[in-house]
Amino acid sequence: MTLIETTTTSRRAVLKAAAGLTVGFYLPTSAFAQQPAPAATPEINAWVVIRPDDTVVLRMARSEMGQGTRTGLCQMIAEELHCDWSKIVTEYVTPGQSLARNRAWGAFLTAGSQGIRQSHDYVRRGGAAARIMLIQAAAEAWGVPAADCTAKDSVITHAASGRTVRYGQVAAAAARLTPPANVTLKDPKDWTVIGKSVKRLDTASKTTGALVYGSDLKMPGMLVAVPKECPVFGGKVASFDAAKVSSMPGVRHVLKVADTAVAVVADTFWQAKTALDALPVTWDYGPNRAVSSQTIEAQLREGLDATEAFVGNTNGDARAAIAGAARKVEAVYAYPFQNHAPMEPMNATVLWTPTRCDVWCPTQNGEAALAATAQAAGLPQTACDVHRVDLGGGFGRRTTHDWLIQAVNIAKQIPGVPVKTQWTREEDMVQGRYHPVTMAKMTGGLDAQGNLVGLHMRISGQSILSYVFPTALQNGRDPVQFQGLNAGGNDSQIGYSFPNLLIDHAMRNTHVPPHFWRGVNHNQNAIYLECFLDELAHAAGQDPLAFRRKLMGNHPRHLAVLNAVAEKIGWDKPPPAGVHRGIAQQMGFGSYVAAAAEVSVDAQGKLKVHRIVAATDCGVAVNPRQIEMQVEGSFVYGLSALLYGACTVKDGQIVETNFDSYNVLRMDEMPPVETIVMPSGGFWGGVGEPTIMVAAPAVLNGIFAATGKRIRSVPLKDQDLRRA
Amino acid sequence: MAKLNINGQVVEVTAADDTPLLWAIRDHIGLTGTKYGCGIAACGACTVHIDGQAVRACSMPLSAVSADQKIVTIEGLSPNGMHPIQVAWRDLDVPQCGYCQSGMIMAAAALLAEKPNPTDEDIDNAMTNICRCGTYNRVRAGIKQAAANRQG
Repeated sequence: MTLIETTTTSRRAVLKAAAGLTVGFYLPTSAFAQQPAPAATPEINAWVVIRPDDTVVLRMARSEMGQGTRTGLCQMIAEELHCDWSKIVTEYVTPGQSLARNRAWGAFLTAGSQGIRQSHDYVRRGGAAARIMLIQAAAEAWGVPAADCTAKDSVITHAASGRTVRYGQVAAAAARLTPPANVTLKDPKDWTVIGKSVKRLDTASKTTGALVYGSDLKMPGMLVAVPKECPVFGGKVASFDAAKVSSMPGVRHVLKVADTAVAVVADTFWQAKTALDALPVTWDYGPNRAVSSQTIEAQLREGLDATEAFVGNTNGDARAAIAGAARKVEAVYAYPFQNHAPMEPMNATVLWTPTRCDVWCPTQNGEAALAATAQAAGLPQTACDVHRVDLGGGFGRRTTHDWLIQAVNIAKQIPGVPVKTQWTREEDMVQGRYHPVTMAKMTGGLDAQGNLVGLHMRISGQSILSYVFPTALQNGRDPVQFQGLNAGGNDSQIGYSFPNLLIDHAMRNTHVPPHFWRGVNHNQNAIYLECFLDELAHAAGQDPLAFRRKLMGNHPRHLAVLNAVAEKIGWDKPPPAGVHRGIAQQMGFGSYVAAAAEVSVDAQGKLKVHRIVAATDCGVAVNPRQIEMQVEGSFVYGLSALLYGACTVKDGQIVETNFDSYNVLRMDEMPPVETIVMPSGGFWGGVGEPTIMVAAPAVLNGIFAATGKRIRSVPLKDQDLRRA
Repeated sequence: MAKLNINGQVVEVTAADDTPLLWAIRDHIGLTGTKYGCGIAACGACTVHIDGQAVRACSMPLSAVSADQKIVTIEGLSPNGMHPIQVAWRDLDVPQCGYCQSGMIMAAAALLAEKPNPTDEDIDNAMTNICRCGTYNRVRAGIKQAAANRQG
């Protein structure tokens, strides 16, 4: 019996003792089939287990949160494994198992659109090595050279003798063989599974309510904790009156959590929430009580003209070129705090004892979750583990583990009892880790012919790394700040060659914690650059597409996606009456993307987005249909951010507490999205995020075309879009 | 003690009168397909049917539900997940993370029961559920496909 199945079986057995629900951290992935109890089947290697009944168990280190990584990773393993696709099930490995095996499964981080692009090589090698061993086992049993045998759909054939054997029949023997020293991967031109729009492996249980999310976990004797952190970041609990609520129905514990939160622990969520709402708490708000959106804006505005700034990209002498230009154009842009607002509020279930701590939770990074758990539990990582469930949305929020640390701090006070900590939506909204707040002053110089001679982009505002990974700063400079603006590299390179350029960042941090948020710093950087280039084009009396093309001669892949959307939307023909167009491009997460939007704005200032065309060059397209889904989704997320996304600050705390005040896009506002997937080959780019970058600038440029009004701050909900 | 008729079975729930139907279903009855998203009837993740109407269970206290009202949750929508909406959802791979999809499916099923051939406007009006992953366009296509299959 392998390590993973031992662990999974024992934990499963404990949990199955619960009356009622089956706990689903051992994931069923196929249609309505009941997941069989794991058999004592040895693994072929870390990635592949073949059961005697031919079930192909593929193990996952990256998390599934709706982005389709599970299916894509299976395609890559299966490409080399030559297994029967219909027999595939998947299971999550735990970071504890990986730790015990010298990180056999590599990185668990599922963020930065890297689930597939960073693991494609080693998972394919895992599939190939397993195939070689299965064939070898069959060949040895038959006494024939392995080279004379082939494998297809989990069946090994010796053509000369006509003999066949199924993977399940030779898996045990294969598992005893020495893994091959050298594995040659297939040439991409021979791929038959990668590149195919296979259906997702995990859809069925999402249509019947059967998939168990973290919020749904139940265990024998489990209690539910509902916490409340000090609403002002950096504040503490001064006092609370537990006696007022401790006799309320179902209430078991009223706790202080670290120094910063209180929690009520009860038999059910509603009992805990009801008592928490009634609990008198006095907060020590700390030094940030006077901070507001207005004070933050003043802080950022000061940075727009500050002398000192970190340089992100420069060539020539932008300041001198602009000073000597025939015409100077200047504009100030702004981007607000935004909450990730995944549909499933933060939660984690924790069982702590003085010698062991297990957690069950949705996380985008199992290894970081394990480290956080161990630290909070006061135990070594070897005495802890993290059992993952699929996420009800992540978008970056679940790459950090403040909520998990809190849940461990709660469970630690109730040893031996499993405690599910479940945030309310209100807590989720005011205790977010937000899209960073920034502003930018854009200054451009045009010569008499309308050519751009110099560009200065001054960003002022929050640095994510200073909060999240201060050790990754480079002499204080945050390199992530310049996503999409970099002179080189294969991740997020700027798509233009400017004669004189200066892009710099005046770091202005606030007490509101920022974090990676789908698209990250591209979201504002693309608005700042792509909308300002639009402004410059109009100032020069030139077509925005033609103006860009002149600067893109050295950037053929950027240009190719831009041209693709322009062609598909019919840029060279007039749009329908009353409809106007905007366009934008950007490179990020290793992919080249562009969007064109058709919009109208009526006499009352009501915006309608009629149509989006989006192009993606992600190098290799593993599953084009999945890419289409991610592109569509990125426009829902990106347009939600553009139309409605703003968290404001008053008295040091976030004002918006639920979807009534933090609205998002609904179906009636969702435009059709026409997706162009145009993989040019030779590199692996991300998919989950890139197109979000161009959603807002394409629409904002369309709004200008429609109204003559340049909108320079997000969101649109509070702005007057009526024609200037 | 409240009596509820859920998915064809009458069950007794011991919970405070102000307990929302959502939490009675999830924590007391143990059916977790119905999700908590906002608690203020804004997102629709908790949508169930009461006598065939789509209702947001997070904002419906137990005291407002009587035993003769038939409540259907995602688990009771069809015996084998073969409701036309569920079939279309699988055919088109509608869900992404899936957390909102129980509510989406229940809202879509109620719409289809009322309007077998809904227009885009009908869909816009009935489907106000929130999805953060961004499945809206596939939800629309799924409803249309289910409507077509049902009539075909």
